[in-house]
Amino acid sequence: MTEQLTREPATGEVGRARRRKEDARLITGRTQWTDNIHLPGMLHVAFLRSPMAHAKILRVDTSAARGLPGVVAVYSGEDFAAEQGSLPCAWPVSDDCVIPEHPPMAVSRVRYPGEAVACVVATDRYRAADALEAIEVDYEPLPAVLDMTGALTDAAPKVHESGNKAFTWKFAGGDIDAALQDAPVVVERTYVQQRLIPSAMEPRAVVATTDGDSFTLYSATQIPHILRVMAALTTGIPEHKLRVIAPDVGGGFGSKLQVTAEEILALLITRRLGRPVKWTESRSEGNLTVHHGRDQLQRITVAADRDGRLRGLKVDLLADMGAYLMLVTPGVPVLGAFMYNAIYKMDAYDFTCTGVFTTKMPTDAYRGAGRPEATFAIERIMDELAAELGLDPLDLRRRNWIAHEEFPYTTIAGLTYDSGNYEAATAKAMELFGYEELRAEQAARREAGDPVQLGIGVSTYTEMCGLAPSRVLGALAYSAGGWEHASVRMLPTGAVEVVTGTSPHGQGHVTSWSQIVADALGVPFEAVTVLHGDTAVSHKGMDTYGSRSLVVGGVAVLRACEKVKEKARRLAAHMLEAAAEDIEFDAGSFRVKGTSAAKSIQELAFAAFAAHNLPDGFEPRLDADATFDPENFSYPHGTHLCAVEVDTETGMSKIRSYVAVDDVGNVVNPLIVEGQVHGGLAQGIAQALYEEAVYDGEGNLLTTTMADYLLPTALDLPDFITDRTETPATTNPLGVKGVGEAGTIASTPAVVNAIVDALRPYGVTDVRMPCTPERVWRAIHGSSS
Amino acid sequence: MIPAAFDYARPSSLGDAVEALTDAGEDAKVLAGGQSLLPLLRLRLAYPTVLIDLGRVPELQGIADEGDHIRIGAMATHDDVVRSPLVNAACPLIALATATVADPAVRHRGTFGGALAHADPAGDLPAVALALDCVFLTRSASEGREIPAAEFFVDYLETAMDPGEILVAVKVPKLGAGWGYHYEKFHRTAQSWATVGVAAAVHRDDGTIQDVKVALTNMGSTPVRAGAVETAVRGLDPHDATSLAAACDQADQGTSPPADLHAQPDYRRHLARVLTRRAIRRAADLEPG
Repeated sequence: MTEQLTREPATGEVGRARRRKEDARLITGRTQWTDNIHLPGMLHVAFLRSPMAHAKILRVDTSAARGLPGVVAVYSGEDFAAEQGSLPCAWPVSDDCVIPEHPPMAVSRVRYPGEAVACVVATDRYRAADALEAIEVDYEPLPAVLDMTGALTDAAPKVHESGNKAFTWKFAGGDIDAALQDAPVVVERTYVQQRLIPSAMEPRAVVATTDGDSFTLYSATQIPHILRVMAALTTGIPEHKLRVIAPDVGGGFGSKLQVTAEEILALLITRRLGRPVKWTESRSEGNLTVHHGRDQLQRITVAADRDGRLRGLKVDLLADMGAYLMLVTPGVPVLGAFMYNAIYKMDAYDFTCTGVFTTKMPTDAYRGAGRPEATFAIERIMDELAAELGLDPLDLRRRNWIAHEEFPYTTIAGLTYDSGNYEAATAKAMELFGYEELRAEQAARREAGDPVQLGIGVSTYTEMCGLAPSRVLGALAYSAGGWEHASVRMLPTGAVEVVTGTSPHGQGHVTSWSQIVADALGVPFEAVTVLHGDTAVSHKGMDTYGSRSLVVGGVAVLRACEKVKEKARRLAAHMLEAAAEDIEFDAGSFRVKGTSAAKSIQELAFAAFAAHNLPDGFEPRLDADATFDPENFSYPHGTHLCAVEVDTETGMSKIRSYVAVDDVGNVVNPLIVEGQVHGGLAQGIAQALYEEAVYDGEGNLLTTTMADYLLPTALDLPDFITDRTETPATTNPLGVKGVGEAGTIASTPAVVNAIVDALRPYGVTDVRMPCTPERVWRAIHGSSS
Repeated sequence: MIPAAFDYARPSSLGDAVEALTDAGEDAKVLAGGQSLLPLLRLRLAYPTVLIDLGRVPELQGIADEGDHIRIGAMATHDDVVRSPLVNAACPLIALATATVADPAVRHRGTFGGALAHADPAGDLPAVALALDCVFLTRSASEGREIPAAEFFVDYLETAMDPGEILVAVKVPKLGAGWGYHYEKFHRTAQSWATVGVAAAVHRDDGTIQDVKVALTNMGSTPVRAGAVETAVRGLDPHDATSLAAACDQADQGTSPPADLHAQPDYRRHLARVLTRRAIRRAADLEPG
């Protein structure tokens, strides 16, 4: 367990619903999105993308395009072949993991629709787009590979020479054969995690520039630090000659946790031309080529005793990698492996995942990354098991979950959950929801044969956050660690400058970090500024994803504050002619115990700057660096309850009420937590009801616009009832657990469970996601489409 | 999403607009609110050489009472229509349906005439215009025409207008007292197109349905008048749920609904039957049932 740092008595900032410092600027448009960047002499890049899922490139003729007005250069993959390297995969999960060459621009073969095959560099965006139409490409079509099960047969056409299997990854805990053998109840299901398209509000954008020697890459990225390392390795630009800046970034949800072809190619183009270049994607281009999420086929078997006690759980997963392995593509289902057992105790657990290549856009991290998929499958099958046993679904969960007094608890998947209180969260959720009353109404509607049936969905989820202990990542074959860094600097005037290695893109770190610092140093909230997202400013960092920023990065900020305070204490002792251990700190003041002699932290900051009278060996300035590497994940949990009305005549499902009680440990800013929960719920509900990336039989993506790829808005969602229980994490000094993904992870099964619950009288045991009105109607009427 | 290059003209009278359209020939497109045309340009699904912007043509503006009908100028925006006291009083079905079009931003730019001339069978207004027997007033260099709604919608995105013709206004007949209205729109999200929509007007007298007008959205390549339902429903007591449901089971007759990501044809046929029943009941001031 991690050492507990003492938190000074709160001056009241941590825990306060502060409005975000970021918002006035964002709301009034005084922002610097990457697409707002205009550099002198800047050129614009447009990419020609493959209209085919799978084909040999026979010829690319760029000659006509080269002669068009405003066109500066036209390149095909052949032009970059010698220097473009291969886009990186940092997570070769197993010894048998195949990482195919992934050229940023296709040279001889395309393997998914939208893959870049050529580009135009022109004086403006319009001319670049026009010139794309003058490029001729001859393709020899190859068969698309679309279905994972089919892809693994011997007869299947091959996406790569090595075949269509990317890897197999296994985990076994306990004796699964013994657990399954003679089990009184065995329930087996197959669930489809449809493919999703992350839809950050800001599309991707890149600006690359060079002064001839060094390079700067501006990108709408979540990961400036990781991108710098990877882009240096891929392009051969020395790392110290490459600066990466993530300016204002408008959302990512994992989709900007990537090293993209466009980033690498922008650097190569600017290296060739010596001029700045910009590329901004359109929404349709993004639907094709932003990495996709989910897309798994989950075969899940659960064995139980008649009283509902779980004996064993077996999961056999096919995970669609798409055409290539991108930054953490294979790691996504592997992360999920530790979450299928969820909050439940059981004797045995067996997990197998096979990664499969298809001719589709590669998949990668998308809000929750493996954990939503796992949570969906276990929470769905728990409801099926409850139905099989004739138990209330909450009662079944209660019989199996880890009791509050059993924490810390080491699960069958080998993780040690430090804290949790499933009883408290569930009791609170049931009360807010009116669980018993809704069950009574459901019974009455069933009795009356009401054409509008009521269903109640349950999801008692947990997740692993705070990615991640570096040793664990190493053991899982991830290429890097999961620590985080912070610098805290008292400026001579008493203001505080914080540099964080996290890279916020909507999460409000500037506000939350200010609250942590204000309490730790006893300075005003307003006196703190937070710098981030520029490798020349923030020289160490592991960036933002996996609900890690507060749990790892926020703790690093706190630790740096503690170091600053110790330095200040030493200086105060020197100036007040007292022993350091006789100096007490309270609300920004260092006082000699039992006297009125004191120095404020602001006075000390100036004294440390002036350096006229410092203790021997004391380095000027009050500042410190700290790096935090967690020794365990954090485990937020909660109970979500959803009531859905299903119009059995049309199949339309309408969420009538939704209660989310989350336990994310201690809360730094309740307003930000609330915002994360609301957004997460919307995204999880969207998977349940609306979103699906659809490829046709030839492998063309059909959902290239928002008319086809449906995203819900506030008009389509209910008023959420949210509340919290607060069981502090014991593995970090803030007691925080992370909240970025909780809503997304919990809500998808809650909604689908409610729909299936509504339809049980019709013999329905599953509806494939998204649960469109047509699918629900066909489920009721026993026809499939 | 960058459109190809095009020329742009902004005439300030109907005469100039028609002349510009005639001069520009077949590759010209008329620009009204742009809510359907601009996405087509940006996706490079259309390559007009000239856009003729009708935004400054006074003859196309305004909503007027002309006795037995109201006249809605082609360039009246959806928002103008939704807020018009005249439309709400004399032809409330138009306002009801228009209020379901897309979102406020689109309704402030998109126009009544543009939505009809675009003739998207998934649009809400074509079915409404068909149900209400609206008349389309058009102008070309040589003549002005009056085209009944039943002849206006020819095929998918295709109307009876000639390339040199501009939609000037639409005459919406006043149905008078005793009529009730409803537009039943079934769509997956608030901002998506209708999977199926039903426009219904019902005239009740002496407890029975004396007259009824029903047309369907997104049940074919054009809006479809549900003639069989109209015949079967006349004379029924709307409270007689069984008879009404039986009558509405004919709603999909003569339709050829499309297959797309949101629905297959058989499901659309089923929806048309259910939604027609609900629309008629609502228009008759009853619970949808």
